[in-house]
Amino acid sequence: MNRSRRDFIKISALGSAGLIWGSYWLNAGSVAGTEAGHSGLWFSPAELTRTPTYCEVCFWKCAGWVHKNEKGEIWKITGNEKDLNCNGRFCPRGTGGLGQYYDEDRLKTPLIRTEERGKQTFREATWDEALQYIADKMKRIALEYGPESTALFTHGSGGKYFTRLLKSFGSSNVAAPSYAQCRGPREAAFYATFGQSLDSPENTDIRNTRCLVLIGSHIGENMHNNQVQEMSDSIGRKAVIITVDPRFSTAASKSKYWLPIKPATDLALLLAWMNVIISEELYDRKYVDKYTSGFEQLKAHVEGFTPEWAYGITTIQPGVIRETAREMAAAAPAVIVHPGRHVTWYGDDTQRLRAIAILNALLGSWGRRGGFYMVEAPAVPSIELPVFPEIKKDWTDAMGGKYPLADSVLANGLVDASLPQPGTGYLIKGWIVNGTNLIETLPDQKHTLEAIQNLDLLVVIDTMPMAITGWADVVLPECSYLERYDSLRDTHHREPLIALRMPAVEPKYESRPAYWIARELSKKMELVAYFPFETIEEELDHELKQMGTSLKEMQQTGVKIFPKESSLYFAEGEDVVFDTPSGKIELYSNSFAAAGFDPMPVYTAHPEPPEGFYRLNYGRAPMHTFTRTINNPNLHDLMEENVLWVNPKTAKMNDLSNGQEVWLENQDGVVSSFPVKVRVTERIRWDSVYMVHGFGNNSSKLSRAHGRGASDTQLISRVMTDPIMGGTGMRGNFVRFRNSKNGEGSV
Amino acid sequence: MRYAMAIDTLKCVGCSGCVVACQTENRVPIGYSRDWIREIMQGVYPNLNLEIRSERCNHCDNSPCVRSCPTGASHYEEGGIVKVTVSKCIGCSACIVSCPYDARYIHPDGYVDKCTFCDHRLKQGEKPACVAACPTKCMYFGDMDNPDSEISQILNSRRHKTLIPEAGTSPRVYFLY
Repeated sequence: MNRSRRDFIKISALGSAGLIWGSYWLNAGSVAGTEAGHSGLWFSPAELTRTPTYCEVCFWKCAGWVHKNEKGEIWKITGNEKDLNCNGRFCPRGTGGLGQYYDEDRLKTPLIRTEERGKQTFREATWDEALQYIADKMKRIALEYGPESTALFTHGSGGKYFTRLLKSFGSSNVAAPSYAQCRGPREAAFYATFGQSLDSPENTDIRNTRCLVLIGSHIGENMHNNQVQEMSDSIGRKAVIITVDPRFSTAASKSKYWLPIKPATDLALLLAWMNVIISEELYDRKYVDKYTSGFEQLKAHVEGFTPEWAYGITTIQPGVIRETAREMAAAAPAVIVHPGRHVTWYGDDTQRLRAIAILNALLGSWGRRGGFYMVEAPAVPSIELPVFPEIKKDWTDAMGGKYPLADSVLANGLVDASLPQPGTGYLIKGWIVNGTNLIETLPDQKHTLEAIQNLDLLVVIDTMPMAITGWADVVLPECSYLERYDSLRDTHHREPLIALRMPAVEPKYESRPAYWIARELSKKMELVAYFPFETIEEELDHELKQMGTSLKEMQQTGVKIFPKESSLYFAEGEDVVFDTPSGKIELYSNSFAAAGFDPMPVYTAHPEPPEGFYRLNYGRAPMHTFTRTINNPNLHDLMEENVLWVNPKTAKMNDLSNGQEVWLENQDGVVSSFPVKVRVTERIRWDSVYMVHGFGNNSSKLSRAHGRGASDTQLISRVMTDPIMGGTGMRGNFVRFRNSKNGEGSV
Repeated sequence: MRYAMAIDTLKCVGCSGCVVACQTENRVPIGYSRDWIREIMQGVYPNLNLEIRSERCNHCDNSPCVRSCPTGASHYEEGGIVKVTVSKCIGCSACIVSCPYDARYIHPDGYVDKCTFCDHRLKQGEKPACVAACPTKCMYFGDMDNPDSEISQILNSRRHKTLIPEAGTSPRVYFLY
């Protein structure tokens, strides 16, 4: 097919399961379901009434049990008592995860884009056809541009195997949007300060803290499971919670102090807190002397950033700034100024997170009980593979030296590198997208779609017909996490541990697990040497036996905890060398200075809403994970659509009433595809509106979710990119209300 | 023995974990539920107060639903659990109208359904599904008649209330605040 442009295909007419091959367990290369295949080395799922899994509804990946009913069907999912991520308790999404399996809108067969009478459409294909199509296209890209011109976006547990496939092909362009669209700034900031990034789950010792400071982080609405549990414990222990948020979040309602800050001014507050802690000599002098460098420079730097100075910027009263700083110091070192998770807000996010890191250092909380504990990852052995081909080029070749301190691949960097960058001679032409709906994940949808139009190949591997599948050349139906094995979850918690996911039931329709897809593709690409085990069971058993256990044992325990060799906290007077240029905790960052960035955070004012516009804020609801869950029948039942939080004053000024539907128009004239219902509430500042992320989906194949609520991502057309690590700041967008999609003017 | 439940509103984040745990455990059809979340917000920005409650049948000592049931389907069981005998229920809705807490619904199969305190789990020594799943551990359950039970201890040590006490129903679900 010779085509200049990809049309978005609504795949509503497809998925009729017209092609039937029968049971994957019986017919596929894998022999997982049969006794002959494993000779009693491990159990087949049918032999167990309760199978272990770790959850795929969010990145917390809690370990749990899938229980089957008398008919052998999935009945319920509960937490695994031994897992430190959940302690036997699942959040609503984990419990409702079975909806991912039962969702009748799932992708059912492989699909290939084709053209009939000038109209682009998908046709159902066999796996063999679809995989051959991909392999041929990948080889052609390699021939024409080099294998480095391919990329993988992944945010799912199958990522390990697709990553291996791409590396064996000769590309290192593997990105998870969880870095540059989410937590990247804090990783770069904490690495620069403590020589260690935070990763997941964060090493926050909330269980033992006496003071928890949340800055725009809404634990309880984000269900980062053990953190929610520990925050609840801390409420029971009457720990002081300080929440900084323009919205009266659930966490704010549990707090002793709620600081309803003017949006985009958090860094000024953080600098004022440092000013109080240093000028009132509330910092941990012994800790600062022993472990940190740059204190004198910091002291001079923050001298002018008084609470009175910050008051004019943040609208937080100087007395409150002082009182909260003193509360933190009184609790120190059992205090956590929480780094948050989604922190790509205003483009200076790495500096804001540096301020958070520095504040923790002044309070002496890093490496201390009730602050941040020290982690140790379990050692999952790597299997012996042929050497990967040498990588001569990667996405950074298209970046012209930008974002020098990015320590992971930027998803937005891959998008940029998929559009011609003059003078670089490097262009990405093929994408594999696994378990991430890039249309709703990346800001600036127009830019993403331009890049997609420029590709020679777009493969989407997903369980659901998310918006991104409408742009694919080939769609591969991955089976849900309840129907598959995946790579081991290795977790650096208070103790190192691993968790197993195994299938509870046979894959529905023609869906297939990631390992099988990656390996079958590797065969067609002559790369099968990188997948030496025919089945994932064999590979997992091989890995587990080297860790002193086995697949069979893990099938019965789900979780294995390993002894921790180092201690959770620094011992009194212990000498610690930090992985920073100075070997100390760097209050003054030498690596930032060397790269030409401010070595200590500086407050800069960000754009404010123009007349008649309101700042668009967005966040999480406890029963949903981005767009991943919006069509899940169980979770949709708990929350069908998002609503727009509007302060009563704002509602009055704009003549809005509760439940009224409005379209939103942003500062660039982008109008939401769908209307959203207004929720008039005192819980939001008058200069902002708020909505839960993930709704307003355009894919008509998502029968429950299609057109329900509005998409914040669609309205995030202005991106404030962080020059340090390339994070895409998304909170500099402003909206006004319209009473129709195409009508004139505002409401 | 007198079963009771207490929910700590200071800890509850309203995540609905209890709702979906109940739905899957008890095979409640999608679109229906035996428990739910209620948020009560008071005040004007920025002086606000929010109470979040996980609510369900209160298993009242003086249950209007039992009194109003014409067939005897709604009845008390051991430990004061209010239950519906499906085979006796004619789906007349008298109980639904009489319940001040709106705790009952008509199951698509034609009978009235509601919270059972997961008595099938209690018989196996387990806590109700909502209590077992709650990520904030804000729910307590046990025998109020036993002074050493966790529920007795928590009700003795914490300020608590019941919903619509003026209805005179003597609820056995308590809210700590």
